[in-house]
Amino acid sequence: MSLLQVKNLRVEFPTRRGTLVALDDVSFDIAPGEVLGVVGESGAGKSMTGAAIIGLLEPPGRIAGGQILLEGKRIDNLPYEQMRRIRGRQIGAIFQDPLTTLNPLYTIGRQLIETMTTHLPIGPGEAREKAIGWLEHVGIPAARERIDSYPHEFSGGMRQRVVIALALCAEPKLIVADEPTTALDVSIQAQVIAMLKTLAREKGTAMMLVTHDMGVIAETADRVAVMYAGRISEIGPVRELVRHARHPYSKGLMDSIPPLDRRVERLQQIDGSMPRLSAIPKGCPYNTRCPRVFDRCYVERPELLDAGTTRAACWLYAEGAPQGASV
Amino acid sequence: MSTSLTPRPGTTPMLSAQNIARYFDVSKPLLQRMIAREGKRTLRAVDGLSFDIPKGTTLSLVGESGCGKSTVARLVVGLYGTSGGRVMFDGQDLSLARADSKQRSRMQMIFQDPYASLNPRWRVVDIVAEPIRAFGLLDDKQAILRRVGELLTQVGLSPLDGSKYPHEFSGGQRQRISIARALSSNPEFLVCDEPTSALDVSVQAQILNLMKELQTRLGLTYLFISHNLAVVRQVSDRIGVMYLGKLVELAPAESLFSRPRHPYTRALMEAIPDLEMTGRKRIPVGGEVPSPISPPPGCTFHPRCPLANERCRIEVPLMTLAGDAMVACHAVEEGRDQEGRGALPR
Amino acid sequence: MKAFFDSDLWWSFTRSPITVLSAIVALICIVGALFAPLIAPHNPFDLASLQLMDAFKPPAWEGEGDSLFPLGTDDQGRDMLSAIMFGARVSLIVGFCAVVFSTLVGVTVGLVAGYLGGKMDALLMRIADIQLTFPSILVALLVDGVVRAVVPREVHDQFALPVVIFAIGISNWPQFARTVRGSTLVERNKEYVQAARVIGLSPLRIMRSHVLPNVMSPVLVIATLNLGFAILAEATLSFLGVGVPPTQPSLGTLIRIGNDFLFSGEWWITIFPGIALIVMVLSVNLLGDWLRDALNPKLR
Repeated sequence: MSLLQVKNLRVEFPTRRGTLVALDDVSFDIAPGEVLGVVGESGAGKSMTGAAIIGLLEPPGRIAGGQILLEGKRIDNLPYEQMRRIRGRQIGAIFQDPLTTLNPLYTIGRQLIETMTTHLPIGPGEAREKAIGWLEHVGIPAARERIDSYPHEFSGGMRQRVVIALALCAEPKLIVADEPTTALDVSIQAQVIAMLKTLAREKGTAMMLVTHDMGVIAETADRVAVMYAGRISEIGPVRELVRHARHPYSKGLMDSIPPLDRRVERLQQIDGSMPRLSAIPKGCPYNTRCPRVFDRCYVERPELLDAGTTRAACWLYAEGAPQGASV
Repeated sequence: MSTSLTPRPGTTPMLSAQNIARYFDVSKPLLQRMIAREGKRTLRAVDGLSFDIPKGTTLSLVGESGCGKSTVARLVVGLYGTSGGRVMFDGQDLSLARADSKQRSRMQMIFQDPYASLNPRWRVVDIVAEPIRAFGLLDDKQAILRRVGELLTQVGLSPLDGSKYPHEFSGGQRQRISIARALSSNPEFLVCDEPTSALDVSVQAQILNLMKELQTRLGLTYLFISHNLAVVRQVSDRIGVMYLGKLVELAPAESLFSRPRHPYTRALMEAIPDLEMTGRKRIPVGGEVPSPISPPPGCTFHPRCPLANERCRIEVPLMTLAGDAMVACHAVEEGRDQEGRGALPR
Repeated sequence: MKAFFDSDLWWSFTRSPITVLSAIVALICIVGALFAPLIAPHNPFDLASLQLMDAFKPPAWEGEGDSLFPLGTDDQGRDMLSAIMFGARVSLIVGFCAVVFSTLVGVTVGLVAGYLGGKMDALLMRIADIQLTFPSILVALLVDGVVRAVVPREVHDQFALPVVIFAIGISNWPQFARTVRGSTLVERNKEYVQAARVIGLSPLRIMRSHVLPNVMSPVLVIATLNLGFAILAEATLSFLGVGVPPTQPSLGTLIRIGNDFLFSGEWWITIFPGIALIVMVLSVNLLGDWLRDALNPKLR
């Protein structure tokens, strides 16, 4: 059974000019030990999906429909206090900026120990030993000496490791990581990603990895969900999606990544830009930029359809699509 | 000593940096320093850099954050003064060139953050027209409007967009406005400081294509600053790799990628996630970039370098010719780097 | 104009009943004060119309009240309502001019200090720091005292108003300067300012056309909040007898005069000007609070 199930999730933002639909009919699930990558352009709704799952949507945003289930139990309608407990114990969160997660006034040891004693049935002494173990695990040298240091005494890369240790130490079943490596340098990124991946594998932790960096996804994720204008446009195994994306948008996205191994005269590009939430067109939201658009795309909104090994929200994969549908 | 690569005889480079340096005083205030009995502290953001950019070509500087590449960008357009060395702009000392509005109009800059690089209270038409007015290139109101319309069309926007404010545009569109503004004084030399790193990939491709197109059409010379090797590969003729305020390798683009010489260059390439998923095992570089306030002695890369030996810990390596590249590495110079070759990609 | 009614500012205004109420009250105060010569029932400065017989009349609803003088009269038989309207006029003019003065000085100093930085910044900000160590009322008293000593007695009254404005204004500029300097430091490092520097625009031009428009929002907030302060400062000075001359009584002067009669039972002479002062300052301050919240992007 899936650990996390998101069913037809809809998030709305009431504004003075009417209600904006930030997430519309988003559905996916994650199995234990699985890493689901979520990619898309800024504003596509990938971070918001993460925020909705951990119950930290920024007001006035609110869940207006659908369900989020953790181990079969609904968590989208829990009171704040109950959700806070789940957030510490069962769901760990890692954000882009480690400074927002760590309390600058407490030593990292104290933060780790408190987290563990709150959520696990262990005493402070045992927790301290475990904390040192975690710090060593995430690759902090001389962990025993450094456990009583304050966050500002660590460099950016080390701080992000501490954040990861903090997210993992209560042994959650699910980790929501929102751009965990974006603030880091390339050479550090690689270290952190490798570590995250190993840890998730070892502990059987499910992970939702939100990032705009396809490279990170390709290295880490088992499956990928591509988001566009608040909806999932394609979801499937990472290999298939990177190599043979079915949805014209995912294909365009993959093609526009500059290759490292050769110089091309002209990069593939997707013309135009993603519509604003207030101006999402009728039918398929991608219809203004899609090179393979046809009449049905302007009228009806596509559901996720079977497209071979992946599922794509594209009418090309429905019966009766124009010739040459297999992209 | 010139470390420039194969300068074509008889042609003056568009820009020539000769041993340029920029130090920042990062000391605590005098009173605190006296109490703590500390000396002054200097951050060597750029520490003795030399390169030439021939006309019509692109030189890229790559490196991780804090390596000083953005400082170089600001030095060569005169936003910062140099602490040492000198910059020659088309054969003329930069400070003289900056004093002459005609020379000044030949250089322009494109910035990283499309949300901070346009004055939020100005209309696009005024933003794009600012250099035209500042340099007095046109004084007839209608002519300026026409020219702004042309420029907006050139970067893929509509002349009608001129009456809007920056917040009405997406990140990619703003970057186009930024480029239109830079082009409005008919420059020959453009400094591009991470022009696509704040953009989404699909938009990044648009902007890179536009910049390449403009270079061919207008014969522009670029100094391109980026941390993204894949992007750099698409736009550069030559590439300089920076580490802690110094150039460690300067090579023609193709040569750098087919045969990276400096251990740091190789480490950078290894660190890039493998999108093709060939299943190659990556060996991440260990450690982190040391503080530029107290860099390690000798070669600043030695604490992270797999090839470091005693000499590297003591003696600062100089840029020396290695094939068609310039490399600052004792190991390369001594041929010690050949041993680990097999483990590297490609 | 259409753009204004469509703006977020107007929207947030209409959504806050307290703010709308404050705005209405403030508007009544301002209109009542500015047009006092036209709409006040009496002219308290027209000596010919004053009748000593009318002195010490209580408000109209008290037993001995006179419906001609709704809020009663003072020791010289002046109508309190009219006196308050004329007094509010003086208070408002002084307050407004003082705020404009401190804004001009503060914004200029802050802009120059923040943009140029270095020694200039250190010098200007130390001056501001030193001034901030004196309570502003003390600074105002000091300025007032110095001018009184320098200017000949006969022309005191002519100088009184500008001196009060200067005294209150000068005691307040550091607040503007600090805020503007802070915002300028942020704006100066933004890339649009760097772009202007690359083209070689002069610092003066960059400060005026690029930085200034982008640091004005907080200035607007402080100016509004300071208007309340300036009105109070003027009242304090007048209450202490060093403010505007008694020939042009402000609210503060009225309160002081009335204070003498408080214990002999003629409470209305001091209470009504006091209430007028409180209502005016409160409404202005509430407007300022709203403006601060509405212009703060973090709270929106």
